[in-house]
Amino acid sequence: MTERVVVTGVGVIAPNGHGKDAFASALRDGKSGIRFHQHLADANFGCRVGGIPEGVAEIQSRYLSDEELLAMNANMIYAAIASIDAWTDAGLTRVPADSDAVDWDTGAIVGTGIGGMDTIAEKLVPKTDAGKVSRLGSTMVEQIMSSGNSARIGGLLALGNQVTTNSSACNTGTEAIINSFFRIREGRAKRMLAGGSEGHSKYIWAGFDAMKVLNRTKNDEPERASRPMSASAAGFIPGSGAGVLMLESLTSARERGARIYAEVLGGHVNCGGHRMGGSMTAPNPTGVQRCIREAVQMSGVRSEEIDAINGHLTATFADPYEVKSWSRALELPPEKMPLLHSTKSLIGHALGAAGGIECVAAILELEQGFVHGSVNCEDLHPELTAYADRIPHTTVSRPDLRVIAKASFGFGDVNGCVVFRKFAS
Amino acid sequence: MEQKEVFDKVVTILKPFVKNPDALSTVAMETSILKDLKVNSARLVDVVLEIEDVFGIEVKDEDADKVKTVGDAVTLILAKA
Repeated sequence: MTERVVVTGVGVIAPNGHGKDAFASALRDGKSGIRFHQHLADANFGCRVGGIPEGVAEIQSRYLSDEELLAMNANMIYAAIASIDAWTDAGLTRVPADSDAVDWDTGAIVGTGIGGMDTIAEKLVPKTDAGKVSRLGSTMVEQIMSSGNSARIGGLLALGNQVTTNSSACNTGTEAIINSFFRIREGRAKRMLAGGSEGHSKYIWAGFDAMKVLNRTKNDEPERASRPMSASAAGFIPGSGAGVLMLESLTSARERGARIYAEVLGGHVNCGGHRMGGSMTAPNPTGVQRCIREAVQMSGVRSEEIDAINGHLTATFADPYEVKSWSRALELPPEKMPLLHSTKSLIGHALGAAGGIECVAAILELEQGFVHGSVNCEDLHPELTAYADRIPHTTVSRPDLRVIAKASFGFGDVNGCVVFRKFAS
Repeated sequence: MEQKEVFDKVVTILKPFVKNPDALSTVAMETSILKDLKVNSARLVDVVLEIEDVFGIEVKDEDADKVKTVGDAVTLILAKA
């Protein structure tokens, strides 16, 4: 007997909005979170625009004490804010720090792609190289250990179930949600905070700029720089933030009378093995299609029942391949495809946080009955012409929206796909 | 430097690390840094680094290990400053 798994809370801090309401409004209004950043220009980046959550200094003081903030970098702060928001949104109450009440039934899988690179680059390396190891203080390890973001969440919320950080590059956030889904499904946890986070340091983004996979052609038009599915797509725009879902067994959600946004019907992760066209940096299309097929098959819905796809769609050469893979995997011709859209067109590519933030977007779309516009593809890629009618450029109202499929793909040829259905009691 | 001045500076240094802010209202020389102010023991390393920077002194590990109360820190600093 397996447990059904539902979404009972969402938390998000994104470049275009913090919190469920602000983020949903930003999606509806097509509000971009991409800005010019002088520190990228100063460091001679080719791409000088990016997505960084705004007003965080003021926001973080409402969530975290000075003592906690002393040992937290941006990645950890974003993860903590989104997780606390998801916890509160799920109707749960935080236990005081001096209480010994541990919630043995709740865990967290909150991943990150790169982790505490800012701490490593700005503090650990310079001081160590200068022979000043004793000046590093006590807060290095917890900020640079890969599990730092989830470890902090475990303490803030007194979690007693599995608390870990997964990492599968740009598939991280989606993988975390799928792994958490399986854990609850097996009955090993009642609730899991699941998603991803990523900081915004130039040290996180520099390697991507060096690979020339970031768009360097729109530094003077930040809001038009992230262009998934367009003919002028010339690389992705780096983003940051965190997105976390509270996943819960249906049994537990019903027992405590929780509001249920959606059910997780199915999910799958795999790897293309760096074969059949796949590599460290490119997806094996067969692997992508298998991943989508497995997730949809597990979900029990027919392809025709999927109303929308929140794609990976980063604005690299791979976008047309991705759309064709969806079409082949779902065995649907272009004109019968679900609506296709990219949240990255508004916030950039938040790397390890991308899947988490974009799954929050999908849940809010299901809750509120809309599909947000996929902006900056007015010059649709010529290989996507047949899909033109399926790609909304502005937000469309869909009160009957029921099923959304979300996929993420990452360096390492890794894939993740999850299917959500609006919950009908 | 007067004891009162050193005491005030030590309290200012401790403030961000304190997990029981209520205890700051009654802080005195005999206040325990760990038990009363609830400073995480791992953070004593950071407190000592701050003391070294603020007072321009070097604190040996064996001296740092003896600091249990706010007064211990004040006495240590006055002996070195």
